[in-house]
Formats: sequence, C-alpha cells, structure tokens
Amino acid sequence: MNTSLPSPQAATFDEQVNDVFAPISDFIVGIVFYSVPLDFIDEGVVLPLIVVWLVLAGIFFTVYLKGFQFRAFGHAIQLIKGKYDDPNDAGEVTHFQALATAVSGTVGLGNIAGVAVAISLGGPGATFWMIIAGLVGMCTKGVECTLGVKYRRVYDDGRVSGGPMYYLSQGLKEKGKGTLGKVLAVLFCIFTLGGAVGGGNMFQANQAFAQAQSVTGGEDGWLGFGAAGAVFGLVLAILVGAVIIGGIRSIARVTDKLVPFMAVFYVIACLSVLFANFTEIPDALWEILRTAFSPEAGFGGVVGVLIQGFRRAAFSNEAGLGSAAIAHSAVKTNEPATEGHVAVLEPFIDTVVICTMTALAIVITGTWADEASAPGVETTSAAFETVADWFPIVLAVAVILFAYSTMLAWSYYGLKASTYLFGESMVVDRTWKLIFCIFVVIGASSTLDAVIGFSDSMIFLMSLPNIIGLYILSRVVKRELFGYRERLAHGALLPVAERGITPSPTGGSTAATTGVDGTTPNPPPSVEDR
Amino acid sequence: MSASIIVGLDGSEASGRAADAAADAARRHDLRLVLACVVPWSPYSFSTAEENERRTIDKEREAKSARERVLDPAVARLSAAGDLTVEGVVRHGHPAETLVSLAREEDAAWIIVGRVGQSRVRTLLFGSTPSSLIQLSPIPVLVVP
Repeated sequence: MNTSLPSPQAATFDEQVNDVFAPISDFIVGIVFYSVPLDFIDEGVVLPLIVVWLVLAGIFFTVYLKGFQFRAFGHAIQLIKGKYDDPNDAGEVTHFQALATAVSGTVGLGNIAGVAVAISLGGPGATFWMIIAGLVGMCTKGVECTLGVKYRRVYDDGRVSGGPMYYLSQGLKEKGKGTLGKVLAVLFCIFTLGGAVGGGNMFQANQAFAQAQSVTGGEDGWLGFGAAGAVFGLVLAILVGAVIIGGIRSIARVTDKLVPFMAVFYVIACLSVLFANFTEIPDALWEILRTAFSPEAGFGGVVGVLIQGFRRAAFSNEAGLGSAAIAHSAVKTNEPATEGHVAVLEPFIDTVVICTMTALAIVITGTWADEASAPGVETTSAAFETVADWFPIVLAVAVILFAYSTMLAWSYYGLKASTYLFGESMVVDRTWKLIFCIFVVIGASSTLDAVIGFSDSMIFLMSLPNIIGLYILSRVVKRELFGYRERLAHGALLPVAERGITPSPTGGSTAATTGVDGTTPNPPPSVEDR
Repeated sequence: MSASIIVGLDGSEASGRAADAAADAARRHDLRLVLACVVPWSPYSFSTAEENERRTIDKEREAKSARERVLDPAVARLSAAGDLTVEGVVRHGHPAETLVSLAREEDAAWIIVGRVGQSRVRTLLFGSTPSSLIQLSPIPVLVVP
C-alpha cells in the first residue's frame, strides 16, 4: 500500500515532515486515544476514553430524548420526499439536498476500509456493535443538526452557514456561558482544520492511491513507478483545486451525480456477494451475533470487539464530531427540528446500511480472516473478487469518487473553520484552499503514519468541544424537537397537499411577480425567513 | 369562466411567437395574460455544501436574470398597445409541472408554449416541455411552431 519515493529530495522531504510531526503526533495521539487498561477484566484489554465519550453522548441523548431517532424516522422520510416543503420555497435548498450533501461527505473510506479493519481486528462480532453505535449515533446527529440550523448565521449578502462554532458561541452565550462558548468554538475550529487536512484529506488521498495502484497491477503495474503517488496526488490536487479554487463547479457537479450512483452500485455489489453465498447468510448472521457476545477470549474479548465496532462506526458516520452540522445548516426551513429529523437518516444510511453491507460481504466470504491481504480496502476488494474479476475495478472507482467527494466536503468544513478564526477575506479563503491542495499531494505520495495518526486524533478531538456544547444545550434541543413533534401530532403542521389552501402566487420568495409597470409589487424576500 | 392565459417563455423565438398568439387570444376573449418563465430546478438534485450556502443568492440571481432578459422585454412589448393586462412570473421548478400549477392558481383557460425550446440536446435527453405539458395539463395546451 505504500509508495517509496525514489528521488532523494522527495525522500528527504518525507523524512523531514515525519521528523517534525512524529513527536507532536505521538504526543497528541497519546492524549486523544488515552486508554484505560482493563487488566482486571482481561490481560491487554484497553478502553480508549474518546470512544467512551462519543458513545456516552449517544446513549445520553437517546435516553434524554426518549429514543427520538426511532420515532423521527417516518417523519424524516416524509420531509425528504418534500411533503412539507412550501411550494414558495422552490429553488432553495431542500431537506433532500441537505441530506444528500451531508451523506456524500460522510460516505467514504470509513465505510469500506474502516469496516474491514474493525472486523479484521475485532472479528465478525464488531459488526453488531458497529450497528449499535450507528443507531445511537443517529440521535447525536439529530441533536447537532437541530442546533446547527437553529443557530446558523445569515450573512448580509444572503449566504447561509452554520455549524458547531455558531451554536457553541451563540447558544452558550444565551445560557450565560459566553466566554466558555467562545473558547469551545475556537477549539472546535482548530481541530476542524486539523481533521480536514488529515482524515478529510490525506487519509482519503492516500487510500485512494493505494486502491488505484492495487487494481492497476500493484508495484509492477503502470501506477507502480516510484513517484506515482506524487503524480496521482498532483492530479487529484488539481481536480480538487479546479473546483475549490478555480470554481469549476461542473466537475463537482459530475461527482455529485456519480457519488450516489456509486453508493447504490456499491450496495448492489455487496448484495450480489450476499446472493452468491445466500446459503451461508444464516451462519454469517449467527457468527456476528455469537462473536458479539461470547468470543473465545471471554468478557475481555467482548470489550475489545465492542471498542473496534464503536470506534470504526464513529470514524465512518462522524456522529458527535460536529462536521455534519456544517453540511446540514443551509436547508430552507423555519423549523430547526425538521433538519434534526432528517439528519438521523445520515448515520442510518452510512453505518446501518452501507457499513453493514460491507461487513456482511467480508464475513460471508471469510476474507477478513485471510492473512494475505492487509486489513483495509483490500479485504473488501477480495470479498468482491469472489463474485466477479472486474468488481475490484468498480470498487476502485467508487473509492476514488468517495474519497474525492469527502475531500471536497472537508475542504468546505475547513474553510468555514478558518473564516471563523481569521475572518472572511479572500486571503484567508485562498490560503486555506492552497494549503488543502498541498496536503492532497503529501497525503497521496507518502505513508506518513504519524501525520495520519495525528489527523485522526484531530477528527476525534472535534467531539470534545462539540459534545460539551451539546450537553449544555440539551434542554434547548429537547424544547425544539419535542415542541415540533407536539405541533405535528396536534395537526398544526400539515403536509402541503393537505393544507387545503392554494399557495398565493404572489407570496413568498419564489414567485417574483412583476407588475405591468415593471415594478415589483412585493418587497424582496427577507433572508431572516429562512 | 376562466380568467387568464398562461404563456411559457424561455427566451427562444418560438416562445416569442407563442406570446404573440396568446396576446391575440387574450384580446379576443378578454383574458389576462400571464407570462411565466420557469427556471429548471429539482428538489432532488445533488449539490455541494458551498452551493447550498449560496443557494438563496443564486436563486435570486437566476430569477433576476430571467426577469430582465426574458420577461421584462416581453411584458413591455405586449403591453405597449395598452389594451392588455400582462404580468410576468418567475418560478423555480419542473417546467411543465410548474406551468400546470400556475395555470390552476391563475384560473387559466389555456397554456400556450413554443414548440422548440432553447436546447435541443436537453429535449432529446429529457423530453420537451410541450410533450410533458400535453400529458400533465388539465386544460387545453396550444403549441406554437
């Protein structure tokens, strides 16, 4: 999976970067992934506190909001179908679009490589705990996105953006904790910058290249030459830069159309692996359940399996990290709770559906136990290969597209964080985007484990300020969500089709009606209405 | 008794001829003329986070451009004689569906559109607005060559 750069300058460069980063990285990784040894249960079992932190938040909100994510499901589907969209809002960001944008940012290598790692290290039982973590994470995501919309910012020029930095600074100010809010918001932005260049960029670029190289014949293929990683990274960086710096949206638009298609194809590919082996499905399911609770290693083993499942689920669906709140916030709605409902679908699609598909394919074909392939994309690739030779090529295309769309999403999260920290300006905008593109090349051309470890830590660190904020604002969220559901139950909010009134052609912001004399009889729509 | 005639305008020559035909009919039957320009848009399309952030501005810009480039000249031309009530409407949405729902709101007698829109490639790929209109519309549709 690695590329060694033959040219001495490049190798030195890698080493230099490593030398600078390694101690910092080790230090931060040590803190973020600080693990409590559970020797009293079993020798060698450790519990990383950051995983506990994420899962506890999910459990707390699931209990506090009385299993909101399960009750929200049906209404969320109606919302994304547009049943409650005001026709006057046509042309604005719909619930469907906000969800699709967020999903294309989260569905990435975590769903393909991460799952394989979890099962290779934790056994089939990790699947079960991954699904549990996904179900619990649905609630955290709903909470984040409700707040994201409630405290989003409408700029003077009409742009709309939100995210943890705004609900931390504004929401906590309302609670009389203004200073704490500001500190948490700044911390969140710093960690987001780190996470964006790391997990949202270098990790993606690196794994995309690894898979591209592997399907083109590995070290001996046409992507096997020494500087292939750097070249691949450069091409990828140009493609990323063309969109984020050059503003060539057509590339992003093509990807945006391909990503959902690839996601569907990916699920179909997984299903065909399952159908090819359908007699073994009951055994595989039993194996997953059995090893989730009673692996050979005893109780300590259960904890180990559980941690693997939870950790990879968190990395894949990003629940609790706050990133999704940024992506969901531009939706057109007057009710923050509606996006809270819609957002619960995101971990469901990402973890409960896509990750589970990957897991089943890996468990049924038994490739997870195969020592020959390194845990990661290759494990999934091997599972796919059992059905058709050309499946790994499709997988490679999917991996590259997923990686690309995840990178575009994270470049945006990073941009929002940097403009929050340094202000809105062309200099900040361009500097961040340029740095981002440089890290694409670095990520693809090297195996800087230290840097990648560092950035994984940063992604998880985002959950610290974010979840502290979620706890403090939990009553606000409860009021929003429960108040909305009450109005829904009492018929105060009806689907458009049942409202029984013809929408006024002149009202709202969509129908821009010009009178005969060329004047506009209606005042221009207020951005505050969003 | 219906109140109006809806004309679908997209800036093409054919849609200009449709507007002329509609003006004739409006005079003869003493109906209001509603010129509609629909910006093609789908609630289920995919977009980036950055596009979402700017969506409100972009929508306003699209509507403004449709008004200035397509509607205003047509409204000015048709109302010059002073014997017609002409208004212009910009909407976002599926062109045929939006014209139909506008026709309901405006209590229209006919929907009149030009036969050839601006992009033939789009027509080949997705079908044309007139042909979808004929299938969707609850009122008579007049297609002007």
